[in-house]
Amino acid sequence: MTVAETQAGPVQIRGTVLTVRRLDAYYAMTLIAPAIAARFRPGQFVCIAVGGPASSTLLSRAFSIHDVRSEHGGTVEFVFEVHGAGTQWLAERRARDVLDVTGPLGRPFPLPRDPASCLLVGEGYASAPLFSLAGRLRARGSSIDFLLGGATGERVFGALTARRTGRSATITTEDGSLGIRGTVTDVLDQVVHEARTEVVYACGPMPVLREVTALARRYDIPVQAAVEEAMACGIGVCMACVLPVVGSDGVTRMSRACVDGPVFRGEQVRWDDRGTIPFDAFGAPGWEPRSRRAAAGGSGNGQHGRQSRGG
Amino acid sequence: MAVDLRARLGHVELPNPITTASGCAGAGRELAQFMDVSKIGAVVTKSVTLAPRAGRPTPRIAETASGMLNSTGLQGPGIDAFLQRDLPWLLSRGARAVVSIAGGTVAEYTELAARLSDAAGVTAIEVNLCRPNVEDRGQVFASSPGASAAVIEAVRGRARYDIPVFAKLSPDVTDIVEIASACASAGADGLSMISTLLGMVIDTDTMRPQLAGLTGGLSGPAIRPIAVRCIWQVREALPGVPIIGTGGVATGRDALELILAGASMVGVGTITFHDPSACTRILRELEEELASRGVERLADVVGLAHDGRAATGRAPSTSARARRTS
Ligand SMILES: Cc1cc2nc3c(=O)[nH]c(=O)nc-3n(C[C@H](O)[C@H](O)[C@H](O)COP(=O)(O)OP(=O)(O)OC[C@H]3O[C@@H](n4cnc5c(N)ncnc54)[C@H](O)[C@@H]3O)c2cc1C
Ligand SMILES: Cc1cc2nc3c(=O)[nH]c(=O)nc-3n(C[C@H](O)[C@H](O)[C@H](O)COP(=O)(O)O)c2cc1C
Ligand code: FES
Repeated sequence: MTVAETQAGPVQIRGTVLTVRRLDAYYAMTLIAPAIAARFRPGQFVCIAVGGPASSTLLSRAFSIHDVRSEHGGTVEFVFEVHGAGTQWLAERRARDVLDVTGPLGRPFPLPRDPASCLLVGEGYASAPLFSLAGRLRARGSSIDFLLGGATGERVFGALTARRTGRSATITTEDGSLGIRGTVTDVLDQVVHEARTEVVYACGPMPVLREVTALARRYDIPVQAAVEEAMACGIGVCMACVLPVVGSDGVTRMSRACVDGPVFRGEQVRWDDRGTIPFDAFGAPGWEPRSRRAAAGGSGNGQHGRQSRGG
Repeated sequence: MAVDLRARLGHVELPNPITTASGCAGAGRELAQFMDVSKIGAVVTKSVTLAPRAGRPTPRIAETASGMLNSTGLQGPGIDAFLQRDLPWLLSRGARAVVSIAGGTVAEYTELAARLSDAAGVTAIEVNLCRPNVEDRGQVFASSPGASAAVIEAVRGRARYDIPVFAKLSPDVTDIVEIASACASAGADGLSMISTLLGMVIDTDTMRPQLAGLTGGLSGPAIRPIAVRCIWQVREALPGVPIIGTGGVATGRDALELILAGASMVGVGTITFHDPSACTRILRELEEELASRGVERLADVVGLAHDGRAATGRAPSTSARARRTS
């Protein structure tokens, strides 16, 4: 590893809580974390140890980074929903509390080389990383359309910001309390046409990501999807967070969402095979190396790091 | 006061007793982002298999009180990729590599030992016996003294003479001393214990088992008393056999507890998922714990809890000194 690589990698720090605020159905926590803020790229996440020093909940909790700012030397904000004991504990933190934080983790959203018409699709709290992404895309001349959804109006994250900053902003709620009644996937087709979308970025539950990918595929539009797989370590050592992903060499590997993702090319994720080991996955029972052919053809290594066994 | 932390892995001397636990540190590369892997005694790698393995379906983990269940199924790229990529990297970082191996047959274990013996730079081999024996209806090697001994004898016979071979034992047996003795008689240079205990979690919302593999291995602080008991029993029966103690270590104090029970080295596993630099923190804390008790040499306290003279009333520092001079 070179020095440059080391500096770009994640760090483990003690982050001081600056604020914890209520944001409709969610909480937003801002931490003073200069080293993480400096390294951050949209789509990356942090892992936080929850429950204090004598905690009986050992596994790191992962949260997508919403945004970073330069105040106090560098702050990191994430948005979360109270789900169980860990997020409840986080919601009870106050300014000046200190947390054990590791980040920024994972593969960020890749940015298009040339300006493009980008559609940013998000559902619930998972929309949070789309706004820093929009900022970076805009800075490179791309145009931004938002498509945000939630069960109810207060569960649509960032509707106001989307309306203020997007070329267009379409909102859906399942109860019809805000925007169009329905889900983001109900209106995706229409939005893609109206916006003449060239690239889709998507965040949300797995079924949404699968559908967004399927729809975009019909129009041959590339999708960058940020997945949320249950994690234990967040840094690539425990093998908890895997899903079947097809590499650029055509080989399916059980890829780690925490280091090979969380952002994957939607078309490369085998959404329907999540929760299984596909029979043709690298290393599956009965799997045979296709590598003789692959090696002879000089096909590249998978983008996901694992090399096949060679000839 | 600087404490002499040197530890022995068979005839190999390590600068200190802290190692990663197999499967909780990959091959060191990811953790190197958060700590200097050459600073700890050794990196014990994830168990390496002959062929690549895709592992088990997800969900693979469930959090439990002070612990977790895992059923990852040894996902890994296999020995070729390990030798090409992981081992050279570890060595380039100045780390000492203890390579854990796992097979489904005695022949597979033996071939793995051969491959590692041909490669330069392997500090020791840890034989993960908690694997189903495909030649015996999937019975786990570690649950049978005969099957464990057969693997250890074959690996010891094939591994280069100067590479210590450690047998990793399961606590899920009626009598761990029987298995430990069988491995020692078969030529193991040392023992490593404990691996995970088989457990299960049912999701009360879906009313179904939470893990795709149904059962999984329990690890973390919840199992520490079991690790202490196993190490104690084996040390009592086989005082001359070095032990890598693992199970629920989260602090330097915990490491000291396993050392007092009889471990010469201490593996750090699940807590890494809570604190990626746990190994170096625990090393620092262990040194402080020893220094604050007036202990000058780690070797003086290995198994000290067995020593009748250390019992109530006596300051440990006195008995540690007494042992050393006696
Ligand atoms: C890459 C990534 C980014 C995420 N970003 C956000 C975010 O921005 N905002 C937000 O509110 N949540 C986010 N999550 C989900 C968040 O990690 C979980 O809601 C949280 O871990 C729940 O912890 P708990 O103790 O409250 O719940 P519990 O149910 O008590 O947790 C028990 C265990 O299950 C795991 N777990 C439970 N739910 C999830 C889940 N949905 N995803 C992953 N692991 C889970 C926990 O980590 C823990 O190990 C993200 C998850 C991932 C993987
Ligand atoms: C996710 C995970 C993967 C593991 N993989 C292996 C493995 O490949 N080989 C092995 O011998 N033990 C493996 N173990 C067991 C650990 O090495 C260790 O013995 C056990 O977890 C107890 O220590 P701990 O409580 O510190 O985690 C694994 C444990 C966990 C949690
Ligand atoms: S969460 Fe541990 S490997 Fe991804």
